[in-house]
Amino acid sequence: MIKVESLTKKYGNVIALNGISFELNEGEVVGILGPNGAGKTTLLRTLVMFLVPDEGAVTIEGMDVKNPSYEHAIKNKIGYLPEHAPLYEDMTVREYLMFVGRMYGISEDDIYEKLSKVAEKCGLKEKIDAEISTLSKGYRQRTGIAQALIHDPKIIILDEPTTGLDPNQRIEIRDLIKEIGRSKTVILSSHVLSEVQATCSRILIINRGRIVADGSSEDLERMGQKKPIVYAQVEKITENLMPKLKALAGVVGVDMKGSGIHITVDVHIDPRKDIARILVEEESGLLELSKKQFDLEDLFTSLTKGHE
Amino acid sequence: MNKIITILKKELNSYFNSPLGYVVISVFLVIAGWLFMQTFFLEGQSSMRSFFSLLPVIFMFILPAVTMSQWAEEKRSGTVEVLMTFPVRASDVVFSKFFSSLTFLAIMLFFSLPIPYMVTSVGSPDRGVILAGYLGAILLGSSYIAIGLWVSSVTRNQIVSFLLGAGIIFVFFIIGNSFVLDSLPENVGSVGRFLSLTAHFNSILRGVVSLSDIVYYLSIIAFFLFLNAREVSLKKWK
Repeated sequence: MIKVESLTKKYGNVIALNGISFELNEGEVVGILGPNGAGKTTLLRTLVMFLVPDEGAVTIEGMDVKNPSYEHAIKNKIGYLPEHAPLYEDMTVREYLMFVGRMYGISEDDIYEKLSKVAEKCGLKEKIDAEISTLSKGYRQRTGIAQALIHDPKIIILDEPTTGLDPNQRIEIRDLIKEIGRSKTVILSSHVLSEVQATCSRILIINRGRIVADGSSEDLERMGQKKPIVYAQVEKITENLMPKLKALAGVVGVDMKGSGIHITVDVHIDPRKDIARILVEEESGLLELSKKQFDLEDLFTSLTKGHE
Repeated sequence: MNKIITILKKELNSYFNSPLGYVVISVFLVIAGWLFMQTFFLEGQSSMRSFFSLLPVIFMFILPAVTMSQWAEEKRSGTVEVLMTFPVRASDVVFSKFFSSLTFLAIMLFFSLPIPYMVTSVGSPDRGVILAGYLGAILLGSSYIAIGLWVSSVTRNQIVSFLLGAGIIFVFFIIGNSFVLDSLPENVGSVGRFLSLTAHFNSILRGVVSLSDIVYYLSIIAFFLFLNAREVSLKKWK
């Protein structure tokens, strides 16, 4: 449905996108993840034809975004929410959504029905006649999403839809995105991993204008799979403790870090019971014992750190 | 066409949803009316010539205020990203913004109609000259608007947009000034006289609406609207 090939975009000497290629299929919910300045916004702006690629090609349902004769057809297929949800502050939500609907060529006969549908879906009914300048950040975001949905496009592109929201608003917007994802292709960007994990079936991690990882959340976990670590916090470390732990079946390595012991264990064997027994036998004063599962956050950090 | 009208309505509403529209119209009427009245009774002529001859200067400050936000504010607030991702041609958006400012200018001039009403009720002025004056005011104002819109599209700062707009208009204003023309070589001076927005306005004010004046204004408008459309269709957004 969307095909990006060797896409490159420069701002003067700064390379924002450096030969990005990927393909998206219909119905996918894809999260573009990356640190600030990685090129997420530039990538999305190219997809919506707000920016022109310097090199490479972007086709949407076979239509090249560089070809001006496809411009209207492509734009009609896409609903777009830019970063920070820019809105006309002096309009009411109703006026704004009607304006957007008319700009997408929705006829006067249909516009009221579309407006009420989209307001219902985005939870805007009670604020429909409120002036946009008086709305909370959460409602502004909803208005922005409603704006992207009103013409019933196939593809929804949301740039950082949950940034700046409080935790409750984040969950609401996340649920709304999941709901939209059932019937449409959704691309959203975020620098928060948990957001993307919660809403997207596929994750593209980009850093410094390049794709550094692409796959489902499980794929990425596998990609960064390391041996799990059992963490034990103890009061004292006795002489025999370390050799005894090392001798356990399933223990690969033992490290001391402050008052804690990091025990690297085999993926297939869980020796926690034995570790606990030894710690008690040695009377080391066990305070805490926990297994640290592989964390996507670690992968994200390892893929993107040190390149800022 | 529907989309052009949709944007035009939105822009017009935004003039009157904020104090800007009312302030601009009031300031225009107070300044133009007061300056006109100062000389009207002294001259003892039932003519609007002194009113119209004030317009090149008054418009120089009033109209950049009307156009300064048109693009600059869209760029600053980020709404340009929504606007330019609608399925609409960049030139259509430029036309909409131009016609909304032009409509605003027409509304502003409409509120000055008590002046010709008063002038005709105390004397018998040449109505053709007054009509030509209003036509000239629309043409001159439209040129200022086209310049102001283009300037607004190259910056995201409204103050810069206002001052730069007024500055460029000032250049077009003084190149027709006899003081400047006299100091220039003759051939350069004639180009200056031809390019000057005011020189053509003054000839219309005499009641002679020549085709060349109209073509001149339409060319200036087309040129700056073209620059504006080019600026926004290049998609050099940051």
